[in-house]
Amino acid sequence: MASSTTRVKTSDEKPAGDQAEQASRGHAPRPAGPDGGSRFQNSLRDAAMAAFLVAVLGFFFIGLRTDIAPGGLDIKARWTAWIVSILVVFGGRLALNLFVFKAERPVTVGLGAQISAVGDALPGLGKWLVRALLAFALVLPFFFMTAFPGKERQYIDLAILIMTYIMLGWGLNIVVGLAGLLDLGYVAFYAVGAYSFALLAQYFDFGFWMALPLAGLLAAFWGIILGFPVLRLRGDYLAIVTLAFGEIIRIVLLNWYQFTNGPDGISGIPKPTLFGLEFSRGDDGFAAFFGLDYSPIHRFIYLYYIILVLALITNVVTIRLRKLPIGRAWEALREDEIACRSLGINTRNTKLTAFAIGAMFGGFAGSFFATRQGFISPESFTFIESAMILAIVVLGGLGSQIGVVVASVAMIGGIEMLRNLGFLSQIFGSGFDPVQYRMLIFGLAMVLIMVWKPRGLVSTREPTAVLKEKKLIDAEAVAQGEGH
Amino acid sequence: MEYFVQQLINGLTLGSIYGLIAIGYTMVYGIIGMINFAHGDIFMIGAFISLAVFLLLTSVLGFAFLPVVLLIVLIVAMLFTSAWGWTVERLAYRPLRGSFRLAPLITAIGMSIVLQNFVQITQGARVKPLPPQIRGGVTVMQGSTEAGTIVVQLSYMQMIIIVTTLVLMAAFTLLIARTSLGRAQRACEQDRKMAALLGVNVDRTISLTFVMGAALAAVAGLMFLLLYGVIDFYIGFLAGVKAFTAAVLGGIGSLPGAMLGGLLIGLIEVFWSGYFTVEYKDVAAFSILAIVLIFLPSGLLGKPEVEKV
Repeated sequence: MASSTTRVKTSDEKPAGDQAEQASRGHAPRPAGPDGGSRFQNSLRDAAMAAFLVAVLGFFFIGLRTDIAPGGLDIKARWTAWIVSILVVFGGRLALNLFVFKAERPVTVGLGAQISAVGDALPGLGKWLVRALLAFALVLPFFFMTAFPGKERQYIDLAILIMTYIMLGWGLNIVVGLAGLLDLGYVAFYAVGAYSFALLAQYFDFGFWMALPLAGLLAAFWGIILGFPVLRLRGDYLAIVTLAFGEIIRIVLLNWYQFTNGPDGISGIPKPTLFGLEFSRGDDGFAAFFGLDYSPIHRFIYLYYIILVLALITNVVTIRLRKLPIGRAWEALREDEIACRSLGINTRNTKLTAFAIGAMFGGFAGSFFATRQGFISPESFTFIESAMILAIVVLGGLGSQIGVVVASVAMIGGIEMLRNLGFLSQIFGSGFDPVQYRMLIFGLAMVLIMVWKPRGLVSTREPTAVLKEKKLIDAEAVAQGEGH
Repeated sequence: MEYFVQQLINGLTLGSIYGLIAIGYTMVYGIIGMINFAHGDIFMIGAFISLAVFLLLTSVLGFAFLPVVLLIVLIVAMLFTSAWGWTVERLAYRPLRGSFRLAPLITAIGMSIVLQNFVQITQGARVKPLPPQIRGGVTVMQGSTEAGTIVVQLSYMQMIIIVTTLVLMAAFTLLIARTSLGRAQRACEQDRKMAALLGVNVDRTISLTFVMGAALAAVAGLMFLLLYGVIDFYIGFLAGVKAFTAAVLGGIGSLPGAMLGGLLIGLIEVFWSGYFTVEYKDVAAFSILAIVLIFLPSGLLGKPEVEKV
């Protein structure tokens, strides 16, 4: 922690007031406190303040709880929970102060350096690691079937989910990571893709493979429609307008009852077939054709490979596009729009292509989602979904392809792991359900990683354009805004 | 005509609440140039604290005299919500000052998720209904149509909301224009580095801006609770986006603009649901946001942003 923050401190331009602030929090190893007190006294005072703050903030939320009771609302006190939370924060903050923030040699120096080293070395290990990951992804279903017999269906389902988010992350990475346009409404294109396929199947009896390209095209078309008006906006305004568009699409889907079936959603969406072979028990099914015993797991494995191929296509297209003039124009646009314009780059077309291509992959992922679920409703396309995809891109490191993979596995896989923590209810009482903490943890991770490593977990970037020799851009330079 | 006047009154009431929240957005944007995405959730926090204090006073301690109860609720909610606003700034935004431009927006989204889920876990996901506390009102006008008589009511609740908003607006305008804190804020808004060099404590000024925004959001939260009588952990998102729309419409960075924008958004929303469709009233607000940002980015009362190379 300390090592990375000191680096940020030296590299970032901060207003004068912040320097004093940084010093008083003691990120850098330092002698005695500013007011002469000993290290322990300072730590103690700081921890007491943190505990007091929690006492104040938690009083009405942890200490008291309003509930619906017969004859109106009822308020109950939960003083034990309140006091426990205060004590936990006091102890935690004191330990952090003594051993990390204000310590002569923070214990996390080594740890932080190691994590940074691993992150920085990822592109360096480069091709081999990527190949190993790819090979693992290719054999994943068979690995699960041999390693976890009986639970393979659950694990393959999780792998499909993670792969969907990886694909969405890569799609959004084109818009946010490469072109630098913060899109908070990406889920709209996901929804367009899903609803395109569902409606095409419902009204025209389209199959998955026929509808897939159409869904991608429609999503790209919507990307252009929504992208066109926001071209003049920059930075956070663009983010808010894309959020508004995403919400508008969701509200329309929710209320246009005759066409989209409103909140009831669309069910009975057809499953994908393999060259016309259905994954069913019948005589003309996949298992019968190849002379295998029928097993529902075949369909899951097939779905996994579909999403794997779709995600890999997204990745390959992104990597290739980065080397084309359009990809270079995206990155130039992200760095400096005015310089771009003065060099004769058509910023309108550049932004629109980024929006359209990002949206297209969102649309593909959407129709995959529809076929996997078999049922879609506007519930699945809320703002939280957009925030989650954005969080994956940001936490992985804007513009880093491998970062998206790391972040998806960590966030989505980690959240699913919460379901296995049922034993905690024996400690915290039977009402304790770890799953309900998932979004809380998600939000906290978003804040903490952003504060700790603003450029994401994988913070080095490999430049696409090189002069004479290829030099890796290290994290420090990335933090200063060079390369991505 | 009577229907129109009634909608006008309702719109102004709703608009006052939006305006109070919008001030928080506009002040923060003015001073550090970021969208405090978690501000809508601070408003939600304020509503929950108001509810808890109100229940403590009435059902546990047994106070019955409503004006005093509401005054205490208002003050306590403002204080505690300010603490939340201060903490959010301290944890999520201050460490990122000087980082790249989108970083604080991303932590703000994270903070918004954290606040929503924290309240959902600690207070439960179900809505909290509070029976109407202030009943009655005055009849402004009366008219008859073929369907029967229409009575235009200005309820006491609506009067309280509009008057409180006006008083607070006046107080804040004075605070910004006359006090040394207001001067420090305006200085930070123009040039943070220069203000720091001239002895303004920039960090403290920014913290106080967040505290003031949160206090006003708490007032809005109490008003919302009393007016609608139903709150849940998710009210902050929509109210926040609409209040942000109001701030943008009025010209972000401008206090009177935020109030004007809030009133306009409230009126548009109420008239839209009164004359067109209720289902699409949120679409109206979102569309206005997009249209204003695209065609009138500096808003009604804002200063145009000069792009410097």
